[in-house]
This record gives sequence, C-alpha cells and structure tokens, in this order.
Amino acid sequence: MSKLEEILSKKILILDGAMGTMLQEYKFSEEDFRGSRFADWPRSLKGNNDLLSLTQPHAIEEIHRKYFLAGADIVETNTFSGTTIAMADYGMEELVYELNFESARIAKKVAVELTLEEPSKPRFVAGAIGPTNKTASMSPEVNDPGYRAISFEQLLVAYKLQARALIEGGVDVLLVETVFDTLNAKAALYAIDELKEELHSEIPVMISGTITDASGRTLSGQTAEAFLISISHMNLLSVGFNCALGASQLTPHLEVLARKSEFGISAYPNAGLPNAFGEYDETPKIMAEQIQEYLEKGLVNILGGCCGTTPAHIKAISEISKEYKPRSLKKILKPETFL
Amino acid sequence: MTAFRALKLAGLEPLIITPESNFVNVGERTNMSGSKKFLRLIKEEKYEEAISIAREQVEEGAQIIDVNMDDGLVDGKAAMVKFLNLIVAEPDIARVPIMIDSSKWEIIEAGLRVVQGKCVVNSISLKEGEVVFIDQAKKVKRYGAAVIIMAFDENGQADSYERRIEIAKRSYELLTQKVGFPAEDIIFDLNIFPVATGMDEHRRNAIDFIEATRWVKSNLPHASISGGVSNVSFSFRGNNPVREAMHSVFLYHAIKAGMNIGIVNPAMLEVYDNIPKDLLEHVEDVILDRRDDATDRLLTFAETVTGSVRENKIDLSWREKPLQERITHALVRGVDAYILEDVEIARLASSRPIEVIEVYLMTGMNVVGDLFGSGKMFLPQVVKSARVMKKAVAYLLPYIEAAKDGSTGKGAKGKILMATVKGDVHDIGKNIVGVVLGCNNYEIIDLGVMVAPEKIIEVAKSENVDAIGLSGLITPSLDEMVFLAKEMQRQNFRVPLLIGGATTSKAHTAVKIDPHYHNAVIHVNDASRAVNVVNDLLKKETSKQYFKDIKSDYEVFRTNFLKRSKVKDFLPLEHARENKFKINWKTSEVVKPNKLGVQVIEDLDLEKLVPFIDWTPFFRSWELHGKYPAIFTDEVVGEQASILFKEAQQLLKKILKEKLLKAKAVFGLFPANSVQDDDIEIITSEGNEEEKKVFRTLRQQLKKYEGKPNFALADFIAPKDSGIQDYIGSFCVSTGFGTQELATKFEAELDDYNSIMVKALADRLAEAFAEYLHKKVRTEDWGYAANEELSNEDLIKESYKGIRPAPGYPACPDHLEKLTIWEVLKVEENIGVKLTDSLAMWPAASVSGYYFGNPEAKYFGLGKIKLDQVQDFAKRKDISVEKAEKWLNPSISDQ
Repeated sequence: MSKLEEILSKKILILDGAMGTMLQEYKFSEEDFRGSRFADWPRSLKGNNDLLSLTQPHAIEEIHRKYFLAGADIVETNTFSGTTIAMADYGMEELVYELNFESARIAKKVAVELTLEEPSKPRFVAGAIGPTNKTASMSPEVNDPGYRAISFEQLLVAYKLQARALIEGGVDVLLVETVFDTLNAKAALYAIDELKEELHSEIPVMISGTITDASGRTLSGQTAEAFLISISHMNLLSVGFNCALGASQLTPHLEVLARKSEFGISAYPNAGLPNAFGEYDETPKIMAEQIQEYLEKGLVNILGGCCGTTPAHIKAISEISKEYKPRSLKKILKPETFL
Repeated sequence: MTAFRALKLAGLEPLIITPESNFVNVGERTNMSGSKKFLRLIKEEKYEEAISIAREQVEEGAQIIDVNMDDGLVDGKAAMVKFLNLIVAEPDIARVPIMIDSSKWEIIEAGLRVVQGKCVVNSISLKEGEVVFIDQAKKVKRYGAAVIIMAFDENGQADSYERRIEIAKRSYELLTQKVGFPAEDIIFDLNIFPVATGMDEHRRNAIDFIEATRWVKSNLPHASISGGVSNVSFSFRGNNPVREAMHSVFLYHAIKAGMNIGIVNPAMLEVYDNIPKDLLEHVEDVILDRRDDATDRLLTFAETVTGSVRENKIDLSWREKPLQERITHALVRGVDAYILEDVEIARLASSRPIEVIEVYLMTGMNVVGDLFGSGKMFLPQVVKSARVMKKAVAYLLPYIEAAKDGSTGKGAKGKILMATVKGDVHDIGKNIVGVVLGCNNYEIIDLGVMVAPEKIIEVAKSENVDAIGLSGLITPSLDEMVFLAKEMQRQNFRVPLLIGGATTSKAHTAVKIDPHYHNAVIHVNDASRAVNVVNDLLKKETSKQYFKDIKSDYEVFRTNFLKRSKVKDFLPLEHARENKFKINWKTSEVVKPNKLGVQVIEDLDLEKLVPFIDWTPFFRSWELHGKYPAIFTDEVVGEQASILFKEAQQLLKKILKEKLLKAKAVFGLFPANSVQDDDIEIITSEGNEEEKKVFRTLRQQLKKYEGKPNFALADFIAPKDSGIQDYIGSFCVSTGFGTQELATKFEAELDDYNSIMVKALADRLAEAFAEYLHKKVRTEDWGYAANEELSNEDLIKESYKGIRPAPGYPACPDHLEKLTIWEVLKVEENIGVKLTDSLAMWPAASVSGYYFGNPEAKYFGLGKIKLDQVQDFAKRKDISVEKAEKWLNPSISDQ
C-alpha cells in the first residue's frame, strides 16, 4: 500500500484548485509565454499554459505553493495538455517529454520542501493527464459517423510518453482527468498499465470523468455507472468526476459512483456554472456549503476544485472537510449481494 | 462463502448479471459466419442495412450483441473496425454491450480498440497452449473486457463431462492465479453439441454440458456459463415444434444448473410449461439421456408432432394442395413419386403440352432458383430438383413432338456448351454446374470429358451457343484453356468463356486467359454463382455493363496480382541446392523393405476401404463446406449434409453389396539413392544394376527465411555417396472401374443426382484405397512402421511416418513423372489404368504417387521455380526446354 492509499482511508484528501484561473491573474503576454527560448517560435504561443512550466516556472511554483498552503494535500502538475496530440496545435510535439518532466519536477520540489517543514502533513503531486483535444469513439464529421480523428493506437503512444515523463519527473500518482470519451481514458489506462509493468512501478492511478450536461451522461454518451464499469478493470486509487458542473449538480452522479464502486471517490467540481460573462462566480463559502452535502452523505474521499476555483475555495473546502470522516473504504456491499 | 461478484458489462448503459438476473440473451444476427444475410450486406458494403440488423436485435430484446466478421473473403479486421465505429455512433444500439467475436486474435484486438464500453471477447482458449492464452488474457484485461473461454485445449475440443471440467478448471486457475483476471469476468462456453443424432457417443452431449455447468458453478466461483443453444437440436432440423421443445427443456435444466448467458433465437423457444406432456417426456428422455432407446422413441414420436415440415411418409398433406403448389413442392423437395401423375393432370389442363414446362414446371424451378440463390437450398437439393424436372420433361417430350410444338430448347434462356478439356477426365464439378444451369432454363450441350479444342469450336459454331464453359482438374488443363481462348480469339468468337475446376483460379484466369480473348472470360468455381454470372452475361439489359465490369475487374485484379508477385525473391538453382534439407544419414533410420519389387492387387474387397474414407472432401464436392463429422451440426448446411450423407451411404451400400466398382492396385518398393542433388536413381530388378530408372524431382527456389531449407523430394533419400542403401516406393490405385457404366446408367434414368454421387464416391474410395495401401506398405511390405496404431482421424491428419506425394500435387507438380511410374510399375499392363494426353489418369478415380519412408520426410509445396531449373530439368530428362516449359508452366515464375 502506498502512502497515499494509507492516508486515504483515514482522512479526506484535498486536491488543489484551478491552475488556469490562477494563471489569468498574471496576465502573461505573448512574449511572456515565449520567454527567451521560444522567442522565434513560428506559431503563436499565448494560451499554451503548459509551456509556462518552461518559460515562467516561478509562477507555476508559486501557484502550487499557494494551494498547498491553503490546505491541499495534492497538487496537480501543469500538464493538462501535455500530449503530442494536444501540443500539435503549437507544433511542440517534440517538447512533450520535457514539459511533463519539468512540470513534475517543479511541483515535486514544492511538495518536498513543504513536507519537510511540516512532516505531519505530507504533500503529494498528481501527474495530470488530460483528455487531449480529440475523441476516439466519436466522429467530428456529421456526415461520416464511421470516421475517427484519432485512433486508440495513436492515443496509446501519446499517453505513454506523457505518463513516462511524469513518473520520471517524480509524481506520486497519475490522474487521468476530465474524461469526456471513455475510449480515450481506456487508452491512457492501457498505456499506464504497460508502463507500470515496464518500469516495475506501483504508482497509483486516479481517474476523473466529466458529466457534460443535465442528461447525466459523458460527452461520449455513457451513464455514470457505465463509465464506472468501463474503467474498473484497473486497480484505481479513486474514481470521480470533475469540471463541467457545479458541486450541487454533481451530487446524484457521485452517489452512483459511491454506491457502486470499491475505489475511493473523488470530486472536484467547478465554482458553479459559468455566468453571463463566462465567469465562475460561486464564492468559496457557497461552494463549501454545497460540498457539505457530499460530506454528510459520506460520498467522497478526495475533494478539490476545477474551473474558477482559487486557494480561497480550497481553504474553505479543506476546513469544512476536516469535520467529517471520509467515505468508508471497507468493501462496500453491493445491492445485488443482498438478494 | 465469498459474496457473489456480479459480471458487469457496459455499452452506453450498464448490464449487470447476477444470480438473480434472468437468462441473458445474446443477439447473433450480426455474425457473418452465422447469418448469410449479414455476410452478404458486409460483402456488398451495405453498412446501413447491416446496422439496421443490429438495431432490430436490440429492439427485440437482445441484451448483448455479438459481432463476427470471420469470412475468408472479407478483410475481417477492417470490417470489424468499420462496423463497430458505425454502431457505436447509434445510441439506440450502442446502449448494450458488444460481444467481439472472432477466431482471429487480431480481429478481436482491433475491435477492442474502438469500443469505449466493457465488451465481451468471444473467445480465447488453450487451443494454442498456455503462453498464447496467458498473453491474450492479459491483453483482454488491459482493454477492460470480459472473456468467453472455449472448452478447447491443445488436445482439442472438450466433448465429455471430464474434459469440460478439466479445461474449465485449468483455464480458470491460469486466469485467476497467473493473469490476475477477475473471476467474475470469466464466461465459459462449455460446448453445446447435438443429441439424438443416432450415434451413441452423442447421447450424453446435453447432460454432460448440464452437469459440467453445475460443476463449474459450484467449483469455480463467480464464473458465468454460456453457449449456443440451437446446436442441441440439430438432428431435428425441419421439425420446429420438436426443436422448440428441445431448446426449452435444455435451457430449463441448463439454467437450473447455472447457465446464465446464451445465444437463443427467441422465436425458436417453446414455453416449458406449454410443452405437451408426452412430447416433454420424450424430449427429456433424450436431453437427460434417461433411456437407451430415447432417440428412437423421440424420432418415432416426432413424426406425429404437428407442424412438421419434414418429408416423411406420414405427412402427405401437400398432396391436398392445388396443382401448381404440388408441382412446386415436388421440385423444391426433390420428390419424384407423384410428378408424372401431376404432370399428366397439368397436360390435360393445358391447351398445348409445352405449356406444362413453360408454366407449371418453370414456376416451380424459379422457386428453386430463388431459394438456391438466397442460400436457402443447397446443391444436393437442387440436383434432386433437376432429377424431378428431367423426369417430367422426358414424360412430356413425346406429346410435345406429336403436337409439333417446337423443341424444349424453345423458350430456353440460352444455349451453353460445357466440356472438360482435352487430356482431362474430371467432370463432377462440370456436371453439377450443367445441372444447375439446366434447372435455370438454360439448354446445356455437354460434350463430356477429354474434348479436343477443335471439337469444342466446331460444336460451338454449329449449335450457335451463347456461352462456353470449360472445366479441368489437373494443371495441364490450364494450358489447354489458354490454348482454346487463343483459338477462339483467332476465329473471332464472340461468346463468353466460363472457366471452372479445381486447379483453376481467378488469378490464373485473369493473368493467363483473359488477356488472350477479347470477350468476357470469367472464373466460376461454384454452381450457385454460375447461374448469376450466366444470367448477367446473357440478359440483354445487363450484358453490356456486366461485360465491361468483368473486363475491368480482371484487369485490375491482374495488375494487382502481378504487382504483388513481384516482391518475391528467388535463389539460383545452385544456391537452392546448397540450402537443401539435410538429413543426418549417419543417424537416420533407414529400413530395408520386407518385400522388394512390384506387387499387384487384382480385386480388393471394397468393404475394407470404407473405414479409410475421408468424408470432408466429399461434402466439398457438393459445395457443402465444413469438416466431417462436425458438418452435421453446422447451422447452415448441417441438415443437407446429413441427408446427403444418408443417401451417399445408401448408394455406397449398394455398390459394396453388388460389387459395382472394382478396386485394383499396383505398387513396388525399390532400392534407391539420390544422385546429383535432385534425382532419385532406383534399381527396378534386383541383381541387375543396369536396370536403373530415375525419378526427377524439383526443388523449391523461393528465398526462405534464415534456417529454412529449400526442399526437393530427393532430399528424403540417402545420397549415393553416403554409402547407405536407401529405398523408395511408388504406387497406383484405382476404384474407377465400373464408375462410368454406373454413371451412364443413372444418366439414362435421368438421375443426375446419383450419377454425380457415384463419381464422388468413387473418388473417395480411390483416396481411401491410397490410404489403405499406404498403411499396408508401412506396416507390412516395407514394414518400417510395423507397430503403428493410428485412428482414421490420424490418417486424415497425416500423422503417420513417411509420405506419399503424388505427381501433379504441390510437392511434385510435374505430371511427367507419372510416365516414369507407369514404366516402373507397368501400370497399364498390370491394372489397366491409362494416362491421357495431358497425363490425367483414366479411370478418373485413381491415385498414383511415391512412398518415402524416412521419418523426416514431409509434405511441402514446391512454389514457383525459375528458368534455370527448367533448363536443368530438361537437360536431366533429356527433353527439349520447350517441352519442359510446357509441362512445368504452371510452376514457372513470371518474374
């Protein structure tokens, strides 16, 4: 059992909040994104947040530190788009290993530093593996439903490279997140499983899906339970949902997972739904109140925030969750066993 | 006891299978190997219709859909990926989990890579051993799928209670202990086999499955049991009430024992409680093997069960129907008992006798044609239909002539000349195609076998035929066909040329024949296609377009074929010889035959050959594909195969009893040594060193992988310079004497069915004789395997020591060597088997070849050879290079 798994059974672990929201405050310009190293890069680089791990490492380090100090046990690496597939938009496929490795190194450095300062609260780093910008089980062409813009094989190669760089950069856990197409996630899990075997690594894996709308399904059409069944072939540290919805809209779907899964349950919703200006404006207090419902129902083991959340939100969530016990991780009796 | 862990699957929605779940039904109509319709749709790329089949199944309640793209002619991997990509885009289909079904792992893997949900893999097994099994299971787990494990291992399919549980247990332990596979994701397919087949060894098929299911359920926790239920009732095909009852009874007991998943056609299921008491009792006796006479009792009882559509003496209800329906029934069922009676009634009712053919009989034959075309009738049935038709027409002819009403040819769709080319004597396939075309209202002019090209051309002109069909079985016939095509071109013929027969191929037709003839040349290798091809060719509306399509199709095929064959690498003959197969002659076992010299068997008792018959090729000659005896339970052709087999047995019995065929053989064993790499020198009369004959063998010239030798048959005989005296044998057997007389007699009785049957049986007997004689030689006359004990199955699998290659077949495609065998054994003088111009044997039901006794001797295919070997061969044989080229032509590389 890894250290993380051990702690997971004892307390609710706190994940960090949004990286993008925090980076917006720095108001980085095109030049800032480029730094001196990519001054002459042929394409526009503004918006390539992952690149900031190389060109503005101090900002990334600072954000990780703020989240840890707000109460987070785990921060996510700045690698949401760190695959050759997503980086193709910037022509930066060649930099993928370095981006992931550096992002992992920066986060790990802060985690080690703070753990040394406060050994009673060990800090961890989750290597963030995003969904890429393509889907393997849906066609982008309305008139050609059999077409696919990306294959399992291509995803496998891309994910394996990212996961390897994250592990070698020192992350404690891999987090396959914001899953909108389960087939993409299965490719990531396949890559990770192969890699674990090759590296003789026991690194734990978390997975977090996204329910995109009120229908309660993923973008690729699965219900919460079908999603759970489809990714349960790996031994996971946790399964959960993030993004897309605010905390209260997520509750029924978390209930499904909590009832049906033997893994830990995670939730890191957005700060509400976006308002008329596309901003997430739920205050830390309101979000924490909604999350209290999860806690009272004993639904979760890991809590955090996604779009629009800040260290203040994480602080509020961290404080309220201290008063509750985590969801029991003893083998959960499934309804069918009663029959 | 551990809490039960449910089998959980998912499409867009979950499917959770617990002990309380109802039986989970798998939809299997999107299965190319099981559904002709689906096969056709995929072949024709009609994916939209194919998708609608998937949708119907889900709408009708299938909780899982099985997708199978296994077919020899389809790129299964591409089809699987394409079809799955399309159905996952249909939410009303994709809501259920998918069962990815293939016998090829690469297709399964390709399928797993395009489906997001948790699928079922159907299937993997220990057939190829533990290493492959574990590797595949590990991957299945990694892809997140459940898996069906077939009860199959290195020793074959489990067919007893003990074997079922042995394989299930071993698979389960490997999966759970070595792979870490979740036990709840394991589904066993414990093989449902038919009962009431009349064979004693099948009696326990159902009860063994049920008992094995019970064992798995109580000993292998969390595992599921699945199977294809309709198999169990195959022997009652055609009697749906009995089959439905059998399915319900079987399921009732199997589900109680723990079977929880399966493939059942809901339309073929009676409610258990609704089964009449007496039927239930009879069926349960059979399923549960409760009485020794259960099968016979059910068979007798089944005759009385209403709704039966089986042809039997009791059910004559069709005789009550209107005249046209009776005639159609007789034609479709091949019943000739009442046809003359009905035809007479029809004649009296018609104003002109020809109308009986044009109206009544053709209406019936059109039904036959449609059923055959859509795969609902099979060749043996169609040939029987033709028999009925012929009898009817023969009866009418005098009336038609008296009425001077024109010939039967009038109204025919076209005239087709059929012939087996010069030098070749094989005509089973040609006769079948002729009969089927005849059934479809074409007039057939059959010139028979060994027809000279001049004669074909002459008759084609004088009869003004619409198409010419050429057939041939031996390789020299291929060149005869090329010659004829050139001749037709020279004489400016305009009729299409159809090519068929065992050695012909689309490749040969496209590359070698088509370029020489400006009109259409089409390779047609099965009778069911022949009708469509001829229709399309001769029908005014379609012929132009079809001709164009065919020409361009063959051109594309030819270009691709030539492109593809260019990548092959050949070795110069010298290098190929250096890379010969090297037997260590110091240690190799060389046995001196007990009896050297030539022996003749004048008249062997045919009964002795029966156990040696390999039936599988017999069914193939009737275009029923499948292995004997599994073919009897084949979903598609099983029923017809059973009927055909029964009737073959009847004729065989008659042949045996009345000694209608004669079995003769000549064989010899001789001292021999290989000389100059590729030749085998033999001493035909002992003590007389001068009496030497030489068998010339050919050597593989294709470049091989590292470590693989370039074989020639001479490699299996000790070289002269080794100082070791080695031996070789050769033989010729025939069971063809009497075949022609018998076939002619049947033809005179308008019975094509039995005429074809007798030839097909004679062929099988000849092969059986070759097998019989080989065994006798191995164990007695040569005696190197005096103690072997091999079952007939082993013989068919050729698991014996030593080989008996035949000239004209892959190891020695050169027919010329038959002349040497004839010389050495004095075949014609001894037993009367002759060689034709093309070196085919006459009578056709004959087999000749060599015996090699070395334990390391094995069958191989020569493949293509280069000109250097042809020249060398000509020199060794002392014939002209042109002659050598002519005979070796099919084996010479085009590069």
